[in-house]
This record gives sequence, C-alpha cells and structure tokens, in this order.
Amino acid sequence: MRIEDHPILGKTERRKRITLKVDGEAVSAFEGENIAAALIASGRRVFRYTAKRGEPRGVFCALGRCTDCVMIVNGQPNVRTCVTPARNGMVIQTQVGRRGGEDTHDLEME
Amino acid sequence: MGKTEIYVVGGGSAGMAAAIEAARAGAKVTVIDENERPGGQLFKQIHKFFGSGVHRAGTRGVQIGRALLKEAEEAGVKTRLNTVVYGIYPGKRLGLICEDHTEELASPIIILATGASENALAFTGWTLPGVMGAGATQTLININRVLPGRRALMVGAGNVGLIVTYQLLQAGADVAAIVEGLPYIGGYGVHASKVRRAGVPILTSHTVLRAEGNESVERAVIALMDEKWQPVAGTEEVLEVDTICLAVGLSPLAELAWMAGCRFSYLPALGGWVPVHDENMESSLQGIYVAGDLAGIEEASTAMEEGRLAGLSAAEALGYLSLEVAEARKIEVRERLAALRIGSFGDGRAIAKRELLRARCKK
Repeated sequence: MRIEDHPILGKTERRKRITLKVDGEAVSAFEGENIAAALIASGRRVFRYTAKRGEPRGVFCALGRCTDCVMIVNGQPNVRTCVTPARNGMVIQTQVGRRGGEDTHDLEME
Repeated sequence: MGKTEIYVVGGGSAGMAAAIEAARAGAKVTVIDENERPGGQLFKQIHKFFGSGVHRAGTRGVQIGRALLKEAEEAGVKTRLNTVVYGIYPGKRLGLICEDHTEELASPIIILATGASENALAFTGWTLPGVMGAGATQTLININRVLPGRRALMVGAGNVGLIVTYQLLQAGADVAAIVEGLPYIGGYGVHASKVRRAGVPILTSHTVLRAEGNESVERAVIALMDEKWQPVAGTEEVLEVDTICLAVGLSPLAELAWMAGCRFSYLPALGGWVPVHDENMESSLQGIYVAGDLAGIEEASTAMEEGRLAGLSAAEALGYLSLEVAEARKIEVRERLAALRIGSFGDGRAIAKRELLRARCKK
C-alpha cells in the first residue's frame, strides 16, 4: 500500500516506473526506491524462510542492520532488500535458508 | 582541499553538527556514512521538535536535516556515502568497505557518531513478518511512503511509541492500541494527549503476550500485568492487527568504540553501555570523540549540541581555535545542553551524564 497523499509530506513525487520480477511475477516499483519498499507496497510480507525451521521472515529494522529481509537478487543471496535500490528488470527470489531459492538445494539446511 | 584531518563516522544529527563546527573553524573534515544520503534519522522525523528557539523548536526534523546538509556543504564538509566503517585499528586507522573495494586510512582525529539501534522484545510469534521496530515503521511510512499494514498494535508508550502511532494515523493506517509495560506513560503528555484525542487507547501495565498468524501477523494477544510484571490470567484480549510495532527503547551502536578500546560505563538511563567521555566529548582515548546517541540515548536536539562540542574540541585540538575562543563557544553549547536536560524527563539523563564524566576522570 502506497501513501499517495500525506497531510504533512504532501503528494508523493513522481518517479520513474520500473518493473521487478519477484518469484516470477512482475511487480511495479519506482526507480531507486529500496526493494523492500516496493515489495511491501505490492502487499508482500514474507521475504525469506529460515534455514532450520523454515519460518517466514520479513522487514524488521528497515535500516540494513538486522538482515531479516535478505533475498536473492539477480542470483546473489543475502542481499539486504531494505537498503538496496530497485533497478528495472531486477530478478528477485524469496530466499530459503542461507543461500537457496525455493527450488534450489540448500547445502546448509542438512 | 588537502588531506582530511577529522573523519566523522556517521552523518546523522550529531555527526553533521560536529563536522559543520569543525569545518567552520577551518579543519578539513570528511563524514563517512553507510547510507545513500546523510542526515541519519532526521528525515523520518516529521513532527515538530521541542526546546527553545535556539534548538529550532517547532521545526520538523526533516527541515532540520535539510538545513544541516546545506550548512555542511557551505562549510566545505566532504562526504563519503555508501561507505561502511567496519573496523577501527591502533594508530586511529579506519577500515572501510566502499561499493566495489575495501580501504584503510589513518585519521588524526576521529569523531564517532554512530547512533543507536532499536531494542527488540521477544514474545511468542515475534519473528513473524509484520512485527517490526517502531523506527522501521517510521522509515517505511515517512521515507519510503509505504504502509507496512492497515491496523497496528504499538508496544511502548515512550516518545517513539507515541509519535510513531500518530504518524501511522497520519499515513492512513489504524492503530488498535498502545500497550505499555510500565504503570505510567513514559513519553511527553502532549504526544499522549494527541494520540488519545485521535481515539487510540493507551493501556498501561499491559504487554503483548503473542503474535499469531499463518505466514505473517494476523492477530495480537495482549494482557494486563501485575506488579511483578506477570500477565494476569483471564485478562487476555485479542486484537485484530496485521502489524506490531516495537518501541521499547534504543541502545547505543557502540561496536566501533568498543573495538577502538574506549572505556565504557553501564548507565541504564542512557541506554546501557556507553563510552565514557569528558566535557569536550573526548572518549578515554586521545583524539577519539563520541557524540549523539552513541554517547547516551537522548534526542536529536541533544545529539546536535554534543556534535557541536565534539567538533569545536577537535578543531581546537588541531590548533584551529584558540583556547579562549573555543572555550567561549563551548560554554554556550554546554548551557544549551543543560537546558535540554531539565525537568522530569531530563533530570535522569543529566545525572547519568554527570556519572559518565566522573567515570572519565577515573584513570
């Protein structure tokens, strides 16, 4: 959910629209906003599943410190989505365990 | 420009204020910050600040942030953004991670202004997506302009909890309640009244027992607590919320100060372990200064004043200010700091700060 009009901050400035590919689905975003913001705006809340228990995790600190929101971005795992700017065409996957995608065998889960 | 004489680690309220003062005095200053832009947490503070005119009271944090960046530019402060300081080594050497390489550099004077991080609270279900820091919520709504949910529970009725509750309402979300473990509200009355007028109940002596939901938060269960902080059976209440915000205090981000070997004191009123410092904000190590939340959790206004003290002292140490000029300026700043630490909210911090100064004197 985006905040289009705000009593203090006013209207959101117009920015360039881009498209991300998230787990195979097209997600609209603004160029340069962080990936986490774009995913939250699209209603996504689960960013990864933990290695041992497979528990869901999402945005917790939104500052780049806690690493709860890491995902696989353009093939690279453990990218902190809350401090990584979105670029057009980025391929983003929900991360399972410490490095794997949903269909990837995760060595560290054994 | 010449070689940097002062590296400031952290470009928030304290770091920018320190850099501006030192650069105005003539020192060559570089601010290092891990983010894309400096300003720290000021840009998400859309409420009006307290204090008197000299503290820019009545001004919103975001405006103060813009003004600070402008002053820094005019003073000739250099910035290195997207750069993480990962370590600090003997000889005042800083280890840096830049976007595509690492680097090590020596700094004649270092000002650490690394800020704070939010405390977490462990309860059943606290790791579910939808449970997040109140500061995280504030970043999402005021910087990123997205709502993390439609209906939230706020945990903690200190100033952060109260202010972020109001800002959630401004952003178009609903807040079911604020629960506060203490039997009283910790934040300013004016913030509490504003939230209550907007229809949000503040439940003191209450806590969140658990978060429930399948893949993310769908409900929160809260309960009344007795004097021993134990939930009272039969008082559980289920709140239909999709977001739980934790406003349960901040802790100094002190890793670099620890690594440098600064001496610390444990002062709960200032957020826990805090590097001791003198009246010039110099730590127990010569040439390493601390300022802002790192030197004790307070507010942006006090952080800026402490930054000014550190900046003036660093410039004086480098010979850019005479003892008389520096001392006159520092007295002004110290008076403003003292004025920010009065009343029922400031007394505890003022006492803890004096303890910190005493601890610094002990060798």
